[in-house]
Amino acid sequence: MAMNYNAKDEVDGGPPCAPGGAAKTRRPDNTAFKQQRLPAWQPILTAGTVLPTFFIIGLIFIPIGIGIFVTSNNIREIEGNVFMYYGLSNFYQNHRRYVKSRDDSQLNGDPSALLNPSKECEPYRRSEDKPIAPCGAIANSMFNDTLELFLVTNESDLTLTPITLKKKGIAWWTDKNVKFRNPPGAGSLEEKFKDTTKPVNWHQPVYKLDTDEDNNGFINEDFIVWMRTAALPTFRKLYRLIERRSDLHPTLPAGQYYLNITYNYPVHSFDGRKRMILSTISWMGGKNPFLGIAYITIGSISFLLGVVLLVINHKYRNSSNTADITI
Amino acid sequence: MTVPKEMPEKWARAGAPPSWSQKKPSWGTEEERRARANDREYNEKFQYASNCIKTSKYNILTFLPVNLFEQFQEVANTYFLFLLILQLIPQISSLSWFTTIVPLVLVLTITAVKDATDDYFRHKSDNQVNNRQSQVLINGILQQEQWMNVCVGDIIKLENNQFVAADLLLLSSSEPHGLCYIETAELDGETNMKVRQAIPVTSELGDISKLAKFDGEVICEPPNNKLDKFSGTLYWKENKFPLSNQNMLLRGCVLRNTEWCFGLVIFAGPDTKLMQNSGRTKFKRTSIDRLMNTLVLWIFGFLVCMGVILAIGNAIWEHEVGTRFQVYLPWDEAVDSAFFSGFLSFWSYIIILNTVVPISLYVRPKACSQDPCRWSISSPPCSPSLTSCPLCSVEVIRLGHSYFINWDKKMFCMKKRTPAEARTTTLNEELGQVEYIFSDKTGTLTQNIMVFNKCSINGRSYGDVFDVLGHKAELGERPEPVDFSFNPLADKKFLFWDPSLLEAVKMGDPPTHEFFRLLSLCHTVMSEEKDEGELYYKAQSPDEGALVTAARNFGFVFRSRTPKTITVHELGTAITYQLLAILDFNNIRKRMSVIVRNPEGKIRLYCKGADTILLDRLHHSTQELLNSTTDHLNEYAGEGLRTLVLAYKDLDEEYYEEWARRRLQASLAQDSREDRLASIYEEVESDMMKPLYFQLLGATAIEDKLQQGVPETIALLTLANIKIWVLTGDKQETAVNIGYSCKMLTDDMTEVFIVTGHTVLEVREELRKAREKMVDSSRTVGNGFTYQGKLSTSKLTSVLEAVAGEYALIINGHSLAHALEADMELEFLETACACKAVICCRVTPLQKAQVVELVKKYKKAVTLAIGDGANDVSMIKTAHIGVGISGQEGIQAVLASDYSFSQFKFLQRLLLVHGRWSYLRMCKFLCYFFYKNFAFTMVHFWFGFFCGFSAQTVYDQYFITLYNIVYTSLPVLAMGVFDQDVPEQRSMEYPKLYEPGQLNLLFNKREFFICIAQGIYTSVLMFFIPYGVFAEATRHDGTQLADYQSFAVTVATSLVIVVSVQIGLDTGYWTAINHFFIWGSLAVYFAILFAMHSNGLFDMFPNQFRFVGNAQNTLAQPTVWLTIMLTTAVCIMPVVAFRFLRLSLKPDLSDTVRYTQLVRKKQKAQHRCMRRVGRTGSRRSGYAFSHQEGFGELIMSGKNMRLSSLALSSFTTRSSSSWIESLRRKKSDSASSPGGGGADKPLKG
Repeated sequence: MAMNYNAKDEVDGGPPCAPGGAAKTRRPDNTAFKQQRLPAWQPILTAGTVLPTFFIIGLIFIPIGIGIFVTSNNIREIEGNVFMYYGLSNFYQNHRRYVKSRDDSQLNGDPSALLNPSKECEPYRRSEDKPIAPCGAIANSMFNDTLELFLVTNESDLTLTPITLKKKGIAWWTDKNVKFRNPPGAGSLEEKFKDTTKPVNWHQPVYKLDTDEDNNGFINEDFIVWMRTAALPTFRKLYRLIERRSDLHPTLPAGQYYLNITYNYPVHSFDGRKRMILSTISWMGGKNPFLGIAYITIGSISFLLGVVLLVINHKYRNSSNTADITI
Repeated sequence: MTVPKEMPEKWARAGAPPSWSQKKPSWGTEEERRARANDREYNEKFQYASNCIKTSKYNILTFLPVNLFEQFQEVANTYFLFLLILQLIPQISSLSWFTTIVPLVLVLTITAVKDATDDYFRHKSDNQVNNRQSQVLINGILQQEQWMNVCVGDIIKLENNQFVAADLLLLSSSEPHGLCYIETAELDGETNMKVRQAIPVTSELGDISKLAKFDGEVICEPPNNKLDKFSGTLYWKENKFPLSNQNMLLRGCVLRNTEWCFGLVIFAGPDTKLMQNSGRTKFKRTSIDRLMNTLVLWIFGFLVCMGVILAIGNAIWEHEVGTRFQVYLPWDEAVDSAFFSGFLSFWSYIIILNTVVPISLYVRPKACSQDPCRWSISSPPCSPSLTSCPLCSVEVIRLGHSYFINWDKKMFCMKKRTPAEARTTTLNEELGQVEYIFSDKTGTLTQNIMVFNKCSINGRSYGDVFDVLGHKAELGERPEPVDFSFNPLADKKFLFWDPSLLEAVKMGDPPTHEFFRLLSLCHTVMSEEKDEGELYYKAQSPDEGALVTAARNFGFVFRSRTPKTITVHELGTAITYQLLAILDFNNIRKRMSVIVRNPEGKIRLYCKGADTILLDRLHHSTQELLNSTTDHLNEYAGEGLRTLVLAYKDLDEEYYEEWARRRLQASLAQDSREDRLASIYEEVESDMMKPLYFQLLGATAIEDKLQQGVPETIALLTLANIKIWVLTGDKQETAVNIGYSCKMLTDDMTEVFIVTGHTVLEVREELRKAREKMVDSSRTVGNGFTYQGKLSTSKLTSVLEAVAGEYALIINGHSLAHALEADMELEFLETACACKAVICCRVTPLQKAQVVELVKKYKKAVTLAIGDGANDVSMIKTAHIGVGISGQEGIQAVLASDYSFSQFKFLQRLLLVHGRWSYLRMCKFLCYFFYKNFAFTMVHFWFGFFCGFSAQTVYDQYFITLYNIVYTSLPVLAMGVFDQDVPEQRSMEYPKLYEPGQLNLLFNKREFFICIAQGIYTSVLMFFIPYGVFAEATRHDGTQLADYQSFAVTVATSLVIVVSVQIGLDTGYWTAINHFFIWGSLAVYFAILFAMHSNGLFDMFPNQFRFVGNAQNTLAQPTVWLTIMLTTAVCIMPVVAFRFLRLSLKPDLSDTVRYTQLVRKKQKAQHRCMRRVGRTGSRRSGYAFSHQEGFGELIMSGKNMRLSSLALSSFTTRSSSSWIESLRRKKSDSASSPGGGGADKPLKG
């Protein structure tokens, strides 16, 4: 109540033109901001800006598209380093329950998480009263077929020359060096993992993935690659690298090859498919026809649209923009 | 309460109240109230509320639970709580809990802090009020008590200018007859004083000893909120006395002009009428709010549909694929069937898709509690708490717009030093959609300042100023005003420019002297002379004040009056006239006269009145004078001035004696006293007595000063297709006059219909005729329309909408009462809406509100009411938007209003600039808001088909948390606050730019669907282009590209870029702030992205920041950037093409204006064709007095003269009772007949 009366006094009471502080402060400041007069750029979609934009997009996109397309098609020539992939289809690595079923603390070598994995790992958290390392459905379902590639040097007696497949260098640097770490401490890997057990589906524990100390345990690159889950149910993952040995010889010369697959990994039950892909790469990655075609298409549409708009604008402009404003 | 055990015997005789033995069981069901004076013990038994007032809601202990409980009554908060609970269920959780809890806690905290502060101030103001001091009579002595300790049944003493502490029964006062004056501004906003009177038996209880013995008991109605009604009975000394509102002093009133008074407390604290009225105010929502609520529900339905589709998908997938995939991904323990899994996935999807539902925009209709600082009845409309939305963008934008209104220097009135004020911050965009304006007249269109502008004396007109060449000088080139320094009593503020009038006075021109003598004698003004020569006039109407002041400055100074005399200083000499009679003004007579005897003993009647009435009564011997005066009157009327004709008549002694005798007789008559008096007045004011002519003296012209810029504003608003109706309590003549002077009515209008019927039939007939005329004329105009004889109402409407010609409708209060009845209101509305201008005069406040309600109800249009007085409060509250004129006398209208400023002309800026921009900005904001949320959310839907409908999100959870709050909020906020399509000057130049708002073109259901479609289109591309690219691609080092995390980063980045480009396209006005926000948001996105994916954070919380190293790995890929570029191009290209096409094929006005501005084409053509109305011959004379009848009598009785004028004391006592009687009767008369009271007096009903 009291405040109300005060307010009234303020409105009614004072002399109408009272000079001084109180009255002055009521006057709004004359600033560009408060008076909404801030300098501003007011773009308008005019023919002069829109049409060139469309043509420029066309002119940029079409060459890019052609470039990508050509590069992408050239990839089949097996020159330079060759990459060996395994592909799986109908495999839902992007399923919500699958994606979260891991413990990154454990994989980062946290000793407490090693022995007490996250609940997210259920039902692959503990087995036989021991914590599973690495826990979770992702690790448990790790791809474990073995692929070996041989060059048939002599067709008649099937002399096979094994191709050296490099195991290392197939994972992201950050994954290998930051995200995945073996548990700290001295001693062998086996000792570090001694209180844990292997994932249910695995044939051997995590410290026996490789003999190379630098590619074993959690930092095994096959494991790291698997743990980087795919976005789509059909995916490929890098399996091995075939390095080019000299500039004179192609990495994989023309000829017959022999692929030896040790089946360990059942996919038949859920209609899964396995693939093996050999590919080289260019500046923009592997073979990718979609991007090139898309660029060419969009570039063309943009160019066409520019032409159409130009025609329409030319035909109708007299009746609109130049006309006087009529109210 | 307990029932008194024994009934006092004396009551049995005095007639005990019937409901005596009934009990008052508990609080709230009180059936009647009893209070016995000076008997606290007795009154305590009833447990009436104490006078302590509590508006605060919480105390320290209850704050947290009560506040949280209240907050969770907000739909949005409950919704989020529900989502939070869902997220805590592991089988459902598809997002981590913090995505919901962070905003929720933030909102709850901010609200709680705000509520706590508010409540703190409530406590403070409560304390202040409760601790006010008042004098209470306890045990026979007056004691100082705090207000809160005053009890029902106490007798308290009030002094002049004090607030009344509770609802009191007036017992006695310092004034004779227990009279007491109060100001009720806090209650009903009327600033004029009101009289209250104690009942005769108690009015003698003047001293404390008598009062201490007073033991009367009041039995009355229970507490209620009717301010103008009170019924009760006082039982005292074995008698009962009826009590009415006339005996009550209500809490909140201020005692004025009364030294002291005593009152008996009847209602205290929360029971007082003031507190009973300080209830809940209606909550105003904009039409966009209402549309939004519908849309929110639709979207919610859409969300459920999506959830169901995906849930079914999930069930099928789990059944077909999931069961077999269990080798690698077993089901959760709790889930035993595909169906159950589908059910769970429904909830999971509800969680991740809930971002499409702009729950923050949902405003629940609610009543909000009173602001403690404003207790008056006319409390302000309440605004929804800022809290109802987690993101608050809409509220922030509206708040910004409100600040722009407050800051607008062009809406600041230098003279009154009042800036415009947006008192409600939530209605701004509706200012851009107004179709009907209802305006009050006095104080809104006019300044309520009357200026003596011109006069015609004895056939000569004064007041125009001529320059040397004989041309009429315009206002700007006027010379110095006339110097009145010869007259020490002159009013310094009075200005007059024509020196010839003063010369005529100085020359001693007899008619001129007589003219001013009349002005100084014939009125009911009271004078007050504080110091010698410092005269103050208290006039009933400003017109009278102006006339008397004019006479004063020209040397005929009305100095003082007694009931029997008037003293006038005529050119320096004091002359006392004997006042014989005042023939008072009333509505029918439209004139007033005085009969005076001058010192020489001659009796003369002076009369002033409406020309229509008076000219007929004048003697025809002076035909020439009559003609020239009539010409002058026409001329004045053409300028919109209010005219009065002055005449006098000599009376001889015998005739007067005889007449006075007959008048006395008539006034004593029991039956039809009014009629008899009227005919006796009629007789003396006519030309019957041959030798003594009723002679014309001249005419005055008073300018009812319009507020600055009113005609221009009205013209501009009319061009913007806004219809303006004037609703005024004033008389028809005055209202019409103003209609002409502010160019609402013009002489080239086809016809002005005037509806003045007194019965239902008459009104119906008049309305019908008006419609027929309009239809007829449009038929004659052609258009190929053939009149079908009898037309049905609906057909008539369609015809009326296309009516040719300009019509105006003027309707007065009586007729309006009939026209607003249920069976006629449609007819009235149709007729009125077909007219260009509508003026309703003599309307009561309630009728004002009814008219607004009527238009609101049938027209589905946004209405705005503007007014300045308490009588406009109802209308202001009813309309969609209420505007109060501030800086005027009262503040009631301002308190009730949503916007306030001090000049009517600011309305054009409020609507055409601020309103238009607000609407535009809000629409753009909403469109973009829906677009970005759909583009963002729908990606999950498409992804659902590729992830086994598992409710896996496409994005990183942090991106989901931050997308709306950080990445996309500020650019759109900047657009919503700062965007302008055309500069402000253009919206004034092209009022047609206002139309899209009225037609609701910028945001409606169609626009909504377009936005949604665009959002969905974007989401499709956003998912499928990366899908197409990633299906096969590998990184340039040969490693896999299509991993989930890279995909998430790619989609998120392209989404942020696409919506940023889109906001860039939408922003039409790139200020530095827009640049900063748009580029800043992009920068912040990348900064946060890299931070979240940094090694440092991962090392600390490996399980929370799983995306480590992702940003640098993914964004280093050319393929990713090519994908982002492609997505952006595909998303934006169609939008640009579409907009460009629309711009070149079907540009709307604002586009054209912008374009024109761009090419800097000088537009010289002025499109505002303001029709100049020349002087015309239509005479519009109004008896301009707005005063009430009865004041002549009051003066003659001397009743209103203070007791200090001792000379009158004997006279006073003699005739007092009769005066009070008649005043009372008049009051009850005026209250019972609608429209019969004072012009601006709110009537009950």
